[in-house]
Amino acid sequence: MKRRDFFKSAAALGLTSILTPSNLIGAPTEKSISVDKGTDLVAVMGGEPEAMLIRALNEMGGIKKYVKKGQTVLIKPNIGWDKAPEMAANTNPQLVGALVKLCKSAGAAKVIVFDHTCSNWEKSYQNSGISEAVMAAGGRMLPGNDESYYKEVELPHGVKLTKAKIHQAVLDCDVWFNVPVMKHHGGAKNSLSMKNLMGIVWDRKTFHLNDLHQCIADIATFHKKPALNIIDAYRMMKSNGPQGKSEADVVMLKSLIMSPDYVAADTAAVKLFSQVQPVDINTVKHIALAEKAKVGTQNLEKLNVKRIKMD
Amino acid sequence: MQYLKNIRVVLSLLFFLPILLFFIDFTGKLPIELHQLLSLQWLPALLSLNMVMLSVLLILSVLFGRLYCSTICPLGVFQDIVSWKARFFFKRKMRFNFRKAQNILRYSILAITIIGFIAGSSIFIVLLDPYSTFGRIVSQFIRPIAIFANNQAAGLGSQMGFYALHEVNQSAFVPVSFGISLFFVLLVSILSWSKGRLYCNTICPVGSGLGLLSKFSVFKIAFDHSQCNTCGLCEKKCKSECIDSQKRTVDESRCVSCFNCISACKKGGINLDFRYKKSSAPPVDSNTTSSRRAFLVSSGAILATAAFAAPKKLISNNDLILDRKPIMPPGATDRSHFNKHCTACQLCITKCPMNVLKPAALQYGLSGIMQPHLVVSTEVFCSFDCDICTSVCPTGALKKSDLATKKRTQIGIAKFRRELCVVQVHEKDCGACAEHCPTQAVHMVQYKNGLTIPEVTENICIGCGGCESICPVHPYPAIYIEGTESQKLALKPKEAEKFTKKVDDFGF
Repeated sequence: MKRRDFFKSAAALGLTSILTPSNLIGAPTEKSISVDKGTDLVAVMGGEPEAMLIRALNEMGGIKKYVKKGQTVLIKPNIGWDKAPEMAANTNPQLVGALVKLCKSAGAAKVIVFDHTCSNWEKSYQNSGISEAVMAAGGRMLPGNDESYYKEVELPHGVKLTKAKIHQAVLDCDVWFNVPVMKHHGGAKNSLSMKNLMGIVWDRKTFHLNDLHQCIADIATFHKKPALNIIDAYRMMKSNGPQGKSEADVVMLKSLIMSPDYVAADTAAVKLFSQVQPVDINTVKHIALAEKAKVGTQNLEKLNVKRIKMD
Repeated sequence: MQYLKNIRVVLSLLFFLPILLFFIDFTGKLPIELHQLLSLQWLPALLSLNMVMLSVLLILSVLFGRLYCSTICPLGVFQDIVSWKARFFFKRKMRFNFRKAQNILRYSILAITIIGFIAGSSIFIVLLDPYSTFGRIVSQFIRPIAIFANNQAAGLGSQMGFYALHEVNQSAFVPVSFGISLFFVLLVSILSWSKGRLYCNTICPVGSGLGLLSKFSVFKIAFDHSQCNTCGLCEKKCKSECIDSQKRTVDESRCVSCFNCISACKKGGINLDFRYKKSSAPPVDSNTTSSRRAFLVSSGAILATAAFAAPKKLISNNDLILDRKPIMPPGATDRSHFNKHCTACQLCITKCPMNVLKPAALQYGLSGIMQPHLVVSTEVFCSFDCDICTSVCPTGALKKSDLATKKRTQIGIAKFRRELCVVQVHEKDCGACAEHCPTQAVHMVQYKNGLTIPEVTENICIGCGGCESICPVHPYPAIYIEGTESQKLALKPKEAEKFTKKVDDFGF
């Protein structure tokens, strides 16, 4: 409880820093400030994937704030591996299915889902359970296995990566959601929302060859940001990532983190991950590098963070 | 007995079309069980010692002679189709004439094939097995055309936002197997275009072998001397060119039991007859004399030794990787078993969802030409949860086991070359290889400044090539798979420690 008290005071402190005279022009009440400012990050714990998603979205202003009638929506989960949902190598299929359903209910004309997989793409789509969940919810799976689907874009703010071939579904959609699964990662230390961006890109070897962390930070500077990063931590792979060896690598965390800010989402995720397996956030170098490129902030105290326990 | 031919045609299509489609299928939509059809091919059945299928084939041969050649053998049916198509280009419809058997040639080839096999080389089986030749014709020519058409359609579709079709990778172009397949498809097509089943009766060792057997078949094609008026229609229709209508004889060793002659005859002068009813038919002259046999043995021996003098290495020595041992598909057990039993039909290659199997050039030596080996490249490696190749192999060259065993079968071992690794050279994180390792035989260990570097635990490595496929170092990756002579079982990877505590704090 002490920790919670600390957070409360920290949040209060954050609020007072917002309440500077310039912000007070127009005589806002405390309530209207939080509405204007909106929620920056939501963390939910203790529910089922769909319930946590709906709860977090409500805090963020509801799905209709992000998806308008007739729009083409893209959802980018992590479907990297030919592994069953219990292995937590891929995003939870129920979560992806629920998000498709919400987008459809908000009036989306098309909801498409794809990933540039590491294992055989058809087997990954199938074995992850995502293909089935998406189709059942009225969404469509797109292949990401061929270079012809990818178009080159400039990354003017990239340091090492100044251009990349990105899947045309990302380029063409009206709005997109980045839905990674939280897991341990041998190379990047943690695989979170920015690491998930490697799945919208064709040439991954370039990343590994030219400083993996810098390239991940560079791709996060891509101008078309997701409306939300929704980090699935219902099941979490704590070791032997990103594929995992057995279910002994998996922890039932029943959590979810949601934020439009890559850096904030990943910072929060590293801290949640550390509850199971301590990770020095400085070794997940792409987080700091992305912050340096002004992609987002690691300073959660400055943000309006909602923490919700559902049980 | 006019119906016999129709039954034969229907049966042949029932075998031919599924086999053809199974080889073409690049979508994986056709049921994998279709491979069972292939175990009814003579050489696969013999090589895998499939007693059930061998009995079926033997009974068929004892009853009807070379019915295999006219219905079950896909290369035979392929020739019938070429021959049937050719009909539209000839003015005269009836165009076959009796020709003498090429005994020396056909029995030499048969003897060489058998002697070669006993001596330990399957080179002649690989080159001449009719089923496998057909497999190569489809995989080298017909399937690529189908894939090309699919990709064109998929490309157009994706431009219009329609994704029902998707692009499929073409199998790699391997000049050796392409060249050999081209030679055989031309040979078979040209011969069948105007000479019917000449290929089956002079070159195909299965045809020659069955020809010896069919001399004793219970039923045979025979003239009814009371009805025949020697009009010669049967001879003109005989695609084996084995009927001499003037002498009223049928060379049974070449007759493929197609029953065209029976359909052609208006008088009922030629029929399927019971051989052992009475001793009326004059005996056909015997084919193999003892002197010929001696000739065969010697010539066979000479050729077999020639085959063993295989060039050991024709590959340049720029890098260890180019010089590595070939990687056999899972279930191959050891080199001698695999090279001896594989007929290079290319079925596993066409079925491999990862496209990692490719026909060998001389990696296995001359004897293993066109047999499958693994070629790892970007995004191309052996999928951990897949054992399709071992499941479909009709010859037993790849031994079927359960998936759990396949997941531990060491088809090779990863070799790490630290001096080329990104982590050591650039002092930057990478870890792509460990990321792709399904057993964590390749895993990251502390290096310096918080960096981690790969390390290989060889006894749990299965050689899938995931690591090599993603290694960004070019042109020679910092981690690669070395093939093995004999496939062993890897140790089970150690499981991680379970986390049992309850987490009820976000940590931020």
